[in-house]
Amino acid sequence: MNRLSQLGVIVLVLGAWQVAAATGQLGAVPTPLVVAGAVLGLVLDGSGWGPLAETLASWFISLLLAVVIGVIIGFPLGVSRVTYRMSVVTLDFLRTIPALVFVPLVVLLYGAGLQSTILLAFFGAVWAMVMQTIYGARDLDPVARDTFRSFGVRRWDTVTRLLLPTALPYMATGVRLAAAICLLISISAQIVIPAGGFGEQIVVHQLSGALPEMFAYIVLCGVLGMAIDSTFRWFERSVLAWHPSHRKVSS
Amino acid sequence: MTQRITRFLLPAIVPALLVALWWMASAGSTSIFFPPLAKIWQRFHELWIFDLVGEHVVSSLNSVLIGLGISIVLGVGLGIVLGLNDAIATAVGPLLQFMRYLPAVAMLPLAIQLMGIGPDMRVLIVVLGALWPVLLNTVDGVRGVHPALVDVAKSNRLRPIDWVVRVVVPSASPQIFAGIRASLAVSVILMFASELMGASQGIGYFILETQRQFSLPEMWSGMILLGVIGYLLNVILLLVERFALDWHRESRS
Repeated sequence: MNRLSQLGVIVLVLGAWQVAAATGQLGAVPTPLVVAGAVLGLVLDGSGWGPLAETLASWFISLLLAVVIGVIIGFPLGVSRVTYRMSVVTLDFLRTIPALVFVPLVVLLYGAGLQSTILLAFFGAVWAMVMQTIYGARDLDPVARDTFRSFGVRRWDTVTRLLLPTALPYMATGVRLAAAICLLISISAQIVIPAGGFGEQIVVHQLSGALPEMFAYIVLCGVLGMAIDSTFRWFERSVLAWHPSHRKVSS
Repeated sequence: MTQRITRFLLPAIVPALLVALWWMASAGSTSIFFPPLAKIWQRFHELWIFDLVGEHVVSSLNSVLIGLGISIVLGVGLGIVLGLNDAIATAVGPLLQFMRYLPAVAMLPLAIQLMGIGPDMRVLIVVLGALWPVLLNTVDGVRGVHPALVDVAKSNRLRPIDWVVRVVVPSASPQIFAGIRASLAVSVILMFASELMGASQGIGYFILETQRQFSLPEMWSGMILLGVIGYLLNVILLLVERFALDWHRESRS
């Protein structure tokens, strides 16, 4: 029943778009059938795979950098109250800076390429990872910490058996958020610079008047975003199945 | 007393150190990309206090505030309707999720094609991106109203309008504000991106122009200005939130 109504809404919206575009009410906007044909064309003749690889490369490398550096910065800041309070205002300021502000600068420094989009996406995403790592490290149960201390547990075991399991769910959320931001900034930077990948294809096809292909790439951006988000949600659920926040599904 | 001092001093140490570091490290800089901070500050003073504010800052703030305002009204309104109707909310769920994952910047070329380069286009782009966080958070907040409240309202035969205004909206408001905060961040990014591609004024346009003329100190001053504006908007929103949700914190403590 739910599936049926969801399908119905999608069919309805696509139908309305089809009718409006076919009767010329949307100007130059092509009908969904034409766009679907263009998507199919990009997949079949292989011209869509190169841009996909470029977008994914920028996304993956920037995400990897953001996660590694975010954890390295976040953990020390979250463990101690003093370092947390010293850094919180600075972090709040840095993470409100929109990453795209650096577009003109990185274009001058590194040109219109992978390096630029990676740097921009990294700067946009690293703060989400830092903040989530800090929240995770601060969530330590004081009783558990004192217990570990009074039993004289070795430092290494404290980290692997107490700190990491506490912080892991927060960090997983951080990775998922960072993944979404990295994709968004990568594509956005590829559009405004323009610098390869799906983003540049959108601009190129708009400029050459190939609107069906332009729409096809916009749709593919949305599909890619959904695919990445649901992959990470699934991954989060399966890796953290033991954690209380994921266990209460049955209740 | 000392506690109070450390509370204000502690967070100020790191920013002060970073600025001092930047100032000293760039003092003798001859690289055209990283001009001395002293020079950037001098330009900042000349340009933004307050010569170009009317031309560029007002235009940028207009896009952000109008776009965000429309997003909040639409998002909260639609969100309440959807949140109260389970069947409709489930039916449009996948569609909304898909719309959220469409990068709004990807709509820029399309919006420029349809509406041309102008303030309306920029507001539209901001709305296209900023609507979804408020909308989806409002739906979640409304659906998360405590079941006990529903029963109390039913047994007291609360009028539907009172139910929405006095119970649903207040109890969903913490989540609505969380959505607005996410939307604000998106709005600033989209304002900037739309000014890079289709504008003849605004901070984004200014930064792009100075970059093209290799006027790096001016460009840096624009970047700093945008960072400061983004931060200030965030602080203002937090203050509004704290004021509006005062009752919420009191009822919790």
